[in-house]
Amino acid sequence: MSKTAVKANTGNSSGKYKRAVVGFLTKHMVTIMFVILSALGLYLSGMNSTLYLSDIISRISRNSFLVLSLIIPVIAGMGLNFAMVLGAMAAQAVIIFVTDWGVGGFPGIMLCIVLVTPLAILLGYLTGKLLNKTKGQEMITGLILGFFAAGIYWFIFLQLVGGIIPMDNEVLLLSSGVGVRTTIDLTGGLRYGLDDVWRLSLPTVMVVMGAIYILIKMFTYIKSDRKGESKTSFIYGAVLSLAAIIAGILIMNSSSSMINNINVPAATWIAITGLCLFLHFFTKTKLGQDMRTVGQDRHVAAVSGIEVDKIRIIAIILSMVFASWGHIIFLQNMGAWSTYGSHEQIGFYATAAILIGGATVSRATIGQALLGVFLFHTLFIVAPAAGRELYGDAQIGEYFRVFVAYGVIGLTLAMHAWKTRLQSKQKLENLDK
Amino acid sequence: MSEQQYLLQMKNVGKKYYGTTVLHDINLDLKPGEIHALVGENGAGKSTLMNILFGMPVIHATGGYAGEVLIQGEKVDITSPQQAMEAGIGMVHQEFMLLPNYTITENIKLNREILKDNLISRVFGRKMKSLDYKAMNKDARKALNTLDLDIEEFVTVVGLPVGHMQFTEIAREIDKANIKIMVFDEPTAVLAESEAGNLLKAMKKIASQGIAILFITHRLDEVIDIADNITVLRDGNLVATKKKEETNIVELAELMVGRKIDKVSKSSERVIKDEVVVSVNNFNVKMPGEELKQLSLEVYKGEILGVGGLAGQGKIGLANGIMGLYPASGSVMVNGEALNLNSPRDSMKKKIAFLSEDRRGVGLLLDSSVEMNIVITAIENQNRYLRKVLFLSQIDNRAIREHALKMIQELDIRCTGPGQLARRLSGGNQQKVCIARALTLDPDILLVSEPTRGIDIGAKKLVLDTLVKLNEELGMTIIMTSSELAELRSISDRIAIITDGILAGILKPDDSDADYGLLMAGQKSRKGA
Amino acid sequence: MGNFLKNLYRNFGLPRLIILGFFLLLCVMAVMLELNFSELMSSSLVRIAMNGVLVLAILPSIACGTGPNFGVSLGILCGLVGGLIAMELQLDAYTNFFMAIIFSMPFAIAVGLGYGFVMNKVKGSEMMFAMFIGWSAVSLMKIFWLLAPFKNPEMAWPIGRGVRVTISLVNRGVAQLLNNTWSFKIGDLTIPTGLIVFFLFCCLLVWLFMRSKTGVAMQAAGDNPRFATAAGINVDRQRIIGSVVSTMLGAIGIIVYAQSFGFYQLYEGPHFMPMIAVAAILIGGASIKKASIANVIVGVILFQGILVVAMPVFNVFTQDMASMAEISRVVIQNGIILYALTQIVSGGD
Repeated sequence: MSKTAVKANTGNSSGKYKRAVVGFLTKHMVTIMFVILSALGLYLSGMNSTLYLSDIISRISRNSFLVLSLIIPVIAGMGLNFAMVLGAMAAQAVIIFVTDWGVGGFPGIMLCIVLVTPLAILLGYLTGKLLNKTKGQEMITGLILGFFAAGIYWFIFLQLVGGIIPMDNEVLLLSSGVGVRTTIDLTGGLRYGLDDVWRLSLPTVMVVMGAIYILIKMFTYIKSDRKGESKTSFIYGAVLSLAAIIAGILIMNSSSSMINNINVPAATWIAITGLCLFLHFFTKTKLGQDMRTVGQDRHVAAVSGIEVDKIRIIAIILSMVFASWGHIIFLQNMGAWSTYGSHEQIGFYATAAILIGGATVSRATIGQALLGVFLFHTLFIVAPAAGRELYGDAQIGEYFRVFVAYGVIGLTLAMHAWKTRLQSKQKLENLDK
Repeated sequence: MSEQQYLLQMKNVGKKYYGTTVLHDINLDLKPGEIHALVGENGAGKSTLMNILFGMPVIHATGGYAGEVLIQGEKVDITSPQQAMEAGIGMVHQEFMLLPNYTITENIKLNREILKDNLISRVFGRKMKSLDYKAMNKDARKALNTLDLDIEEFVTVVGLPVGHMQFTEIAREIDKANIKIMVFDEPTAVLAESEAGNLLKAMKKIASQGIAILFITHRLDEVIDIADNITVLRDGNLVATKKKEETNIVELAELMVGRKIDKVSKSSERVIKDEVVVSVNNFNVKMPGEELKQLSLEVYKGEILGVGGLAGQGKIGLANGIMGLYPASGSVMVNGEALNLNSPRDSMKKKIAFLSEDRRGVGLLLDSSVEMNIVITAIENQNRYLRKVLFLSQIDNRAIREHALKMIQELDIRCTGPGQLARRLSGGNQQKVCIARALTLDPDILLVSEPTRGIDIGAKKLVLDTLVKLNEELGMTIIMTSSELAELRSISDRIAIITDGILAGILKPDDSDADYGLLMAGQKSRKGA
Repeated sequence: MGNFLKNLYRNFGLPRLIILGFFLLLCVMAVMLELNFSELMSSSLVRIAMNGVLVLAILPSIACGTGPNFGVSLGILCGLVGGLIAMELQLDAYTNFFMAIIFSMPFAIAVGLGYGFVMNKVKGSEMMFAMFIGWSAVSLMKIFWLLAPFKNPEMAWPIGRGVRVTISLVNRGVAQLLNNTWSFKIGDLTIPTGLIVFFLFCCLLVWLFMRSKTGVAMQAAGDNPRFATAAGINVDRQRIIGSVVSTMLGAIGIIVYAQSFGFYQLYEGPHFMPMIAVAAILIGGASIKKASIANVIVGVILFQGILVVAMPVFNVFTQDMASMAEISRVVIQNGIILYALTQIVSGGD
């Protein structure tokens, strides 16, 4: 079984021990519920652990980039970016054309990236402008915009492509010659274009990642001004890394273990790591700081001279571009995808994932994104199997996981709204002081 | 004395908001290192003058200002806070402009962070430069040390005591390299006594470094303590500029408050009986910005009791608390019976009606008709203007229309008809609609807050006359809260002054200006003393 | 004239004018293409009246201040449960229809109370929360439908547990029951009188409610909560009342809809229905904060009218008529909601 990452919080240990534990539990309620749910599901499903590992590695590889793209808008105070589906649709549009032109493999992927970026920037700009008009209701605007844009996308690819927008391709188009088919298979073309660049076995990756992580932690610790605080972070990181390295070496040496056959698309993971590093670096730049300021209080930001509207638009543009790249990564791994349906669930599943990892409407970190992908997709994998074991019907498991996705988002929204009101009530009470 | 010696000169500065003059012909000079106090009642124009100096958007969105502002002898035209900062003016606002989840350093350096280059910034430009935390922390430490503040600069602001937050704001301003002038807007208002003492010490220290300080306050004792010069504003006019040595608290109080009073003619020799109709005891109201701490007061039947005091001192909290609009504790007796606090419905049951100071926000349904606005409280609280149709109640349109027309006529409400939307009426007529609604409840006691705010001069007199008429003809007890002392003195029988959330004293309309000024200028005892 | 047009533009907003123009264009084209106009009108009347009550359900939630009820799918689910109970009891015709409504009421009231209670805790984020609670409930109910203890062979799967995806009302004599009640023809045009009467009757009930003491209090609470509090109105209570009424109308609405459609649609059925209803009332002139019965009627006429006429008109131009009609629905529906969102004048910034 893979390591269960129990992310300890930086709650300070001064004060009553019991209160600290209760505080920890309430703050991380969603994540903890999910760890229990996933563990339960794993147990109930009676699933083969190698199969599970293989599947979860796949899912982590293709979903992480997308989920990470949600972080920047949260920092900028714009909540959960449901409009990321526009980035997904842009990616799909580009993939359709690149597939038509017959460019496959890694060159195909790079071509897609080059083409989708300006498109994503444009869509991000327009979305940002719209969201600036609906301050305070950004999330629902993004949500509805996603549906609206899907309608336009549908129109373009069902009614225009092959006709007004010239394309001559029997495989992609419907028999009438106008309109793209409902499913597209990238096999032989863009499929695994990025994944195939470099594949390593899972244990190798565990060792390498462990080593890199411990180096990063050492580096930050040495550079830090305040040794006391980063010491705990360093120790946790070191323990985690060493565990991964040791486990990896052990597995590699037991040649009978099936785990050695699971391979990891290293190039994709490098891309994901790249985004993580970029996000980490970004929060320490001027632009990142401005975004954090805008995210906390638009009024104070404006009075101190920051161009609030412009910063918000940049945040959405960045998110949109990353979402479009993330969706390309997603589709090149999936291979076959639904032309008119694939983008629909992307927004919800990515959002649910990051929330399960512990993020909220106002705060999201890289760790939460990655943990969330792991937990959410674990549930996704085991739910149908658990449903079959318990009720004899896998369908129930599938319904359950969708319910959980929506439910988590609804619950987080409620908790966020409730907490915000509690805070303003407390301000009123503090008048006594 | 050459003009170069003055750091700041404001010459003949004036401001009009939509035709109403709020500042007229103000002159103010400031030398380096000088501490200059700016005093006056609410609405005297102090904040407006500072908004002009600091280039706040509200000034320029409403037509700019008259007169000139010179800094170090040169005319400047400041149209944004950013420009003001570049000109060397810093401002510590009344409301904190701090981000609670940031560290003290990050707040001090807000949008002025120290940057250093990295790989990406060389390609993508300045915005991608990294923050130099080491350098920022050092600067922050320096600023904090100047203020003799002991806290660590990398602590987050949330949870800091108010005094420390205030100091962080100040540290932010003095960290600005070219700071020449600092404006403090009511800085001690939120501080406990010891914290206020520290603040005054810090201000003296800053001034000793050559920075000029403009200090808005109503605490005359502080003024006498540290100011070099004092400017008194009243009703937007410059009343006097004095050196500290040439004046004293009593004189300042008089200058702040004194003006000619037009007494509204009342039937001569009113005798108010001693019958207490409302008795307030240890009344505590948590209204943000207008808290009442422990107010005790008695109101006599049939009188017009004025309630005055400076903004933020609690006078608005009285009526709002009695009506149950904000959390209140303590006791209020009406006609000998205890009033259920925190329940507007119960207050209305005790025959109390309320005219809110926030006419548009609380006093009206702007998108409903005049007639609906007039009758709705009677519908909801007294089950009037309703008819029974089967098992459902239905509003009685005819009765509502009839009553509305009557009110429109009696109060002379200018509108196109009872069906017109309240939004379309002028301020004065909107106020009359509110009065009509209060009267529809047939109250014994009327609580009126800021009755003539935002109303033009002509209509002001009408509203006051109406109140007097109600009091004389219907024997209604009126408790009138107002920032305009003159208005209170013109129609009240007695006037209660509320300062620091408690009753400072009760005066007669013709008591001296100095008496009023002193009561309003502040109790010695602050919280915790 | 110029002033009149300018006022029109400002009051209605560009998107509504575009939608109105689109509708007129479609009608003109329908006539020009010599489509069977009477048939189109008959279909329109049916579609309008069958969707009407669902759109009406959005009115109380806007009026009481909780914004457009994207969570009316909760009410719809209650209606479906009531309907299934009536089917399980093998009731016929009018009995089935009215008992379905009656059975659904206790559920609708209970759910509405809970929903309203939670809405009071999320002030400011009602729309987002409503959307996701609605979707969660629809997903959760899918599990319920799979496990439901209904035995009636018309509803249940032949093997195993659970109910079918669509449940036909034809055999119970309920399909188009109201449509056919008192119906008459004018030439080729069929008027579904019973259905229209039922819809208008519901509008009448809501209208009477709005003019009652509680209705007035509810609207004041939604219009200006601070005013309402000062006027002795319990704002939180009024919001709950609005939520309950909305949920009840949602339940009634789906039962009316299903009888006209001929089927109860379970599982994914209710998923997007709230948005269709919200779009209709917005098209009719309502805003996120203010709505009237006129908005309901005008909106459902325009929206459903477009959908009915669009299909055959598009059919002449492209083979894929079903998709074009769907596409225009998606674009119009979400477009008008987006427009309404940009028109919220908030107190902030």
